[in-house]
Amino acid sequence: MNPSSSSIEHVQKALTPTLLICEHCDTVYRRRPLARGDVARCVRCHAVLERHQRIGLNAMFALVLTVMVVFVQANVWPIITLGFNGKQIHTTLWGIIEMMWREHSQVVAVLAAGTLFVFPLCKMLLLGWLLAYGRLGQRAPGFAPLMVVLHYIGPWTMSEVFVLGVLVSIVKAHLYFDVTPDAGVFAYAALALLITIFSGIDLRRLWDKIPEVGP
Amino acid sequence: MSALPRAHELGLIGCHICGLVCRDTQVEHAACPRCGAALHRRKPASCSRTWALLVAAFLLYIPANVLPIMRTVSLGDVDDNTILSGVVELWVKGSPDLAVIVFTASIVVPMMKFLVLSTLLLSVHRGTNWARTQRAKLYRLVEFIGYWSMLDVFVVSLLTALVQFGFFSQVEPLPGVVYFGLTVVLTMLASMSFDPRLIWDCKDEDD
Repeated sequence: MNPSSSSIEHVQKALTPTLLICEHCDTVYRRRPLARGDVARCVRCHAVLERHQRIGLNAMFALVLTVMVVFVQANVWPIITLGFNGKQIHTTLWGIIEMMWREHSQVVAVLAAGTLFVFPLCKMLLLGWLLAYGRLGQRAPGFAPLMVVLHYIGPWTMSEVFVLGVLVSIVKAHLYFDVTPDAGVFAYAALALLITIFSGIDLRRLWDKIPEVGP
Repeated sequence: MSALPRAHELGLIGCHICGLVCRDTQVEHAACPRCGAALHRRKPASCSRTWALLVAAFLLYIPANVLPIMRTVSLGDVDDNTILSGVVELWVKGSPDLAVIVFTASIVVPMMKFLVLSTLLLSVHRGTNWARTQRAKLYRLVEFIGYWSMLDVFVVSLLTALVQFGFFSQVEPLPGVVYFGLTVVLTMLASMSFDPRLIWDCKDEDD
């Protein structure tokens, strides 16, 4: 990432709107309009080139807002409650992270905090910011660098895995204790669902969908 | 062949970050005019980086499996579990289905990553044409399922936070889980630094 201004001038004007390069094998295609439900696949390596996007910018913005509400719930409410001899323990995500930090597993605490809190939060806020402007047909301030950040954060959000982890923990703890899932679990399940919907959206299309307004 | 031209044959270069198709000007350190990221035909030093990360991940995977990941104390009884014995416990004590899921996430997926990535790297080194479509598919599979290995790390964290009744029962994380977490991160980095375009880079007369 070093946009040395002299070399930028050497690169010719963009050809993107008409051409498309398969990310997995570098085959060049001419872009075709896709009908609803269509998926364009690479003939050479069968990777997905492009999907038809049903969801417009407004709907995406609405989805991001929904995710934000659910994310707050998932972090505020306890996830699991465990009872033993009349004593009850509630766990929240931050309770887990703190506990791992104190139990000499700081690496795990950092991993959990990053993949379950920091990165999802950043992704959400960034998308919210970009889309809030984008739906008005404008590029948000800092559009290009933020899109690059979004690209790098992408693979490091793991809330879906956490939902499965909660399930396994409930079953494991249930062998010895009285366990009840709390509101937080349902918020997490909803979050996992929303994330699945999002995973079908190619965020790179935002570059084309929110065109630059010429200076 | 001409039906499926590749970017370098047309003098084009696709930005790895934003997907923009640019003309390849053969200039060193060219930057994408749209997102400002450095343009390169292939991920830089893809093979050596992937090898390094993969070997590091494998080295950490050994203590991750040998050392216990979790200690359960209940009424003074101390019970240390490794990844595998945790799976066995889950299987024996009542939910074989979940045991299969955990086994897949923490044993099958990492092992598969080691096997698949090293096969891909070796075949790229040899420049073979063998089973290219299948190899490309394997790579995409590994990329897609990689992060599910984090499952066991989250389970240990959750149980640690949940079960703390002092003498009666307590769950503590043990070093194995730290090694395992690092293994997962390193394998993810390894699969990200591998460039699947390399699979298709050998000469292809029989395309």
